[in-house]
Amino acid sequence: MAKLEEQNTVQSLGFPRASGIRPTALALDAAAESRPVPVRAKLPRVPRGWAFELCVYGATGAFGALVVGLFIELLWSSRLSIAAFGMSFLWTSEWNPVTNQFGALPFIYGTIVSSTIAILIAGVVGILSGAFLAEFCPQSLSAPLSFVIELLAAVPSVVYGLWGLFILAPVMRDYVEPLLERYLGFLPLFSGTIYGVGMLTAGVILAIMIVPTVTAISRDVMAAIPQTQREAIWALGATRWQSFQMVVLPGARAGVFGACILALGRALGETIATTMVIGNRPAISASLFAPGYSISSVIANEFTEATTQVYLSALIELGLLLFIISVIVNAVARLLLWTIFRPLEN
Amino acid sequence: MADKLVVRHLSAYFHAVRALKDISLSFPENHVTAIIGPSGCGKSTLVRCLNRMHEVVAGARAEGEVLLDGEDIYAPGVDPVQIRRRIGMVFQKPTPFPAMSIEDNVAAGLSLNGLRISRAERDRIVEKSLRQAALWDEVKDRLRRPGASLSGGQQQRLCVARALAVEPEVLLMDEPCSALDPISTARIEELLLELKSSYTIVIVTHNMQQAARTADLTAFMYQGDLIEFGETRQIFTNPERRETEDYITGRFG
Repeated sequence: MAKLEEQNTVQSLGFPRASGIRPTALALDAAAESRPVPVRAKLPRVPRGWAFELCVYGATGAFGALVVGLFIELLWSSRLSIAAFGMSFLWTSEWNPVTNQFGALPFIYGTIVSSTIAILIAGVVGILSGAFLAEFCPQSLSAPLSFVIELLAAVPSVVYGLWGLFILAPVMRDYVEPLLERYLGFLPLFSGTIYGVGMLTAGVILAIMIVPTVTAISRDVMAAIPQTQREAIWALGATRWQSFQMVVLPGARAGVFGACILALGRALGETIATTMVIGNRPAISASLFAPGYSISSVIANEFTEATTQVYLSALIELGLLLFIISVIVNAVARLLLWTIFRPLEN
Repeated sequence: MADKLVVRHLSAYFHAVRALKDISLSFPENHVTAIIGPSGCGKSTLVRCLNRMHEVVAGARAEGEVLLDGEDIYAPGVDPVQIRRRIGMVFQKPTPFPAMSIEDNVAAGLSLNGLRISRAERDRIVEKSLRQAALWDEVKDRLRRPGASLSGGQQQRLCVARALAVEPEVLLMDEPCSALDPISTARIEELLLELKSSYTIVIVTHNMQQAARTADLTAFMYQGDLIEFGETRQIFTNPERRETEDYITGRFG
């Protein structure tokens, strides 16, 4: 009986190779979907005893209740702001504690744009380095390299923030952004005054912070592709690159996508590092060089000085928005997993 | 009969373990040659050496010569990828590519050499290969379904079709029927007899009846040594070596 249960757990948590990063349910699902044949057989129900049932359902129920409670609490605490500004909170840009006028648009914009930059950079770098570790580099090199990359995930974000402010921002200001302006300056995105701190720098620091997540999970789902699959295509005369393209990547794509969503989730909520390099100016600018502001940054910066009830309530409503954005991103990701990555099932 | 593949003094290693000990034999063109022997005797290692698949395992290496049409595939400068395009392989367990449809599975090898082929040509090759593998009638109405949706026996024939689509000169089969039921096994065996007019076939098998039914020549291996090699009938009715007789009469293995 215990054996059956154990088997069940191992199958449903059958995540390949342990990594320093704890994968969420989404990534687990994705990893499971990347497997060639669904192996989750229906096992006969076995009696577990009431204590075990209570623990399992209790723990699950408690977390469900916590999420719902969190949502209700956020909604309740932001009632003043919701009553005062209604839906226009979402699309007005004025943020003025003196006149008690609050609009969330610059923060929503800043959060989404900085996270998008981050996931674009980290997605490419992370998937490629995951592929390198799983497919192309010698075994003896793979383990130490993986360790170093996963170590990046253990660095506290305030350290990233400091490094971003003192090292990355000057480098961006003096080298990277002028270069971008020279070659891509015809785009509004890459023109305008260069400050060093700003949306692009925030995106880059976020990218560095989430790369380990993308790399580690991509590597694991790619390594989980059975060796027999690779040998099968090598036997047809495929090179290593071709076997990666034709067998490993298609097999791992759902898991890799899950890795990106997981990383995006982290970027959306990251606070302190973003706050230190994004510039903290509630304005929407076409230029990525310009300073911006993110939802989490403004909450962290202004919570202690929110003197009026409406001000406090507006900040809490921003928190509510961040919560909703995260839920939407995850829901859309799940939807994509179901629709795009399963065309062959039916 | 001309020898398609000639093995000379071949030894294979996994790290320090010597899995093949100085093997020499030759595989004649348009014949089926069976390799039999107890588990762990080196039969799979031998066929994997014939298309340079042995070396893809970490710590594995081979010494000696394997001549394909007189040219050593282990000579320096020979690209194993090119060799594998000429010497196809079917594995013990069916290995359809799960992300591909049935037709894409069959056509998987076609794009590997970088040449573009027309849609019509591709369809023609897919049909021809599936017919050769005796699978066409069963799958012609669902070519776009995933390869993994087929039964085990069908999957294995799909893998045969996939190997045939790239038109190899030699077909290596590493216990192709060990995961199959008797009916699927019979179909694969029929297939071998049909295919040998155009291919040189090497089949590893645990099943002595299978060797007796399908092979023109049989090699018996034991503990990394080639014990006896000759015409199948002679090996099974009048073996020269004591070990061969003991094995085929079921005294061990």
